[in-house]
Amino acid sequence: MALIMGLIVVVAILIYVFEMLRRQKLREKYAVLWIIVGIGTLILSIFPQLLDQASSLVGIQIPANLLFIMTLILLVGVCLHLSHEQSQAEDEVRILAEEVAILRSDLQDLRALRPPESRDAAQHPVANGRPVADK
Amino acid sequence: MTQPSDISSARKHETLVIMPAWNEAEVIGTTVREVFEYGPECDVLVIDDGSRDNTAALAGEAGARVLRLPFNMGVGGAMRTGFKYAKSHGYTQVIQVDADGQHDPRDIKSVLDGLRDADIAIGARFADKGTYEVRGPRKWAMGVLAWSLSRIAGTRLTDVTSGFRAANEKAIRQYVDHYPAEYLGDTIDSLVVAVRSGCKVRQVPVSMRERQGGQPSHDPIKAALYLGRSGLALLFALTRKRSTPSTN
Ligand SMILES: Nc1nc2c(ncn2[C@@H]2O[C@H](COP(=O)(O)OP(=O)(O)OP(=O)(O)O)[C@@H](O)[C@H]2O)c(=O)[nH]1
Ligand SMILES: [Mg+2]
Repeated sequence: MALIMGLIVVVAILIYVFEMLRRQKLREKYAVLWIIVGIGTLILSIFPQLLDQASSLVGIQIPANLLFIMTLILLVGVCLHLSHEQSQAEDEVRILAEEVAILRSDLQDLRALRPPESRDAAQHPVANGRPVADK
Repeated sequence: MTQPSDISSARKHETLVIMPAWNEAEVIGTTVREVFEYGPECDVLVIDDGSRDNTAALAGEAGARVLRLPFNMGVGGAMRTGFKYAKSHGYTQVIQVDADGQHDPRDIKSVLDGLRDADIAIGARFADKGTYEVRGPRKWAMGVLAWSLSRIAGTRLTDVTSGFRAANEKAIRQYVDHYPAEYLGDTIDSLVVAVRSGCKVRQVPVSMRERQGGQPSHDPIKAALYLGRSGLALLFALTRKRSTPSTN
């Protein structure tokens, strides 16, 4: 019974990941991780004896403990990865903000440079003296 | 003139050459000038992707319009920017050309001509022309990719990772809607989704030249990784929903 419950949960998570991928709500680099985790769990829930064998191999008496250790390590890994991505994203946002601020001041300078009467002339590219894209 | 908006006045021709460039100061000037000299009537847009050298300045000097991205986004991210630019400026066809000079500007015209009976035209290296060669895992990966994408597209494709590709208005709209920035996603994924969304693809044989300078991007270890990643990219591409580009 517990086995079937586990199976259902894992399969549901895998389907959810694939659906997000399909709809482009999830970037590949994150998806790869979750698919690996999902398939690993799937294998373990189908063949629970694998866990027993692995734990006796590493010398852990209670197989469940091995599961907990693995889960913990994995979660710490995921957290680290996300922190890294988050820092990178923050960096990029900061750079964008800087660019926008500089662009805004440049734009203000440009506006100030232009005499008022040419401002409405800008609506008509020809009058503005710029090349017109003609067909 | 279809678009009376102010920005379209930067457009002088109907065709836009998009050139993603990252640290290509050594060659970018020559490449841009060659495109103007040997290519068809066109505007050139160089997307400088956070280069640490003066790629942007040299490209501007050579007569290209330059977009500078504030940080590196990869070829896919750069091309997205280019397609958006093309769409908002009303270009009717675009072609991607490598900044390192590997794509012969004399072939631009024939690849663009491929758009007469297709929405996407790929300049392909192995189609019995030229001497460009790859070996090892990268070659096998390319073989598998070419085979599967040929089946999906319903036409023989021999070089699906080629960056030398042209797109018409329909394909530009499709790309703006879906063009992944991931590694290999830009070539494989974008193609699969474009085909699924009803774009017609054909390939045009071209010759490929040696890099004209600068650093080649692929070392042997990367080449081995390439195999796995391209398989993954294909897998992801196959899961995608077909997309319906916005009509505006
Ligand atoms: N925007 C952008 N362009 C890039 C980046 N990396 C490479 N490019 C450009 O993409 C084009 C192709 O890159 P290459 O490094 O020549 O890749 P390749 O032709 O597949 O491989 P090589 O055999 O090494 O020439 C060139 O115009 C590069 O300047 C990047 O991170 N961002
Ligand atoms: Mg190259």
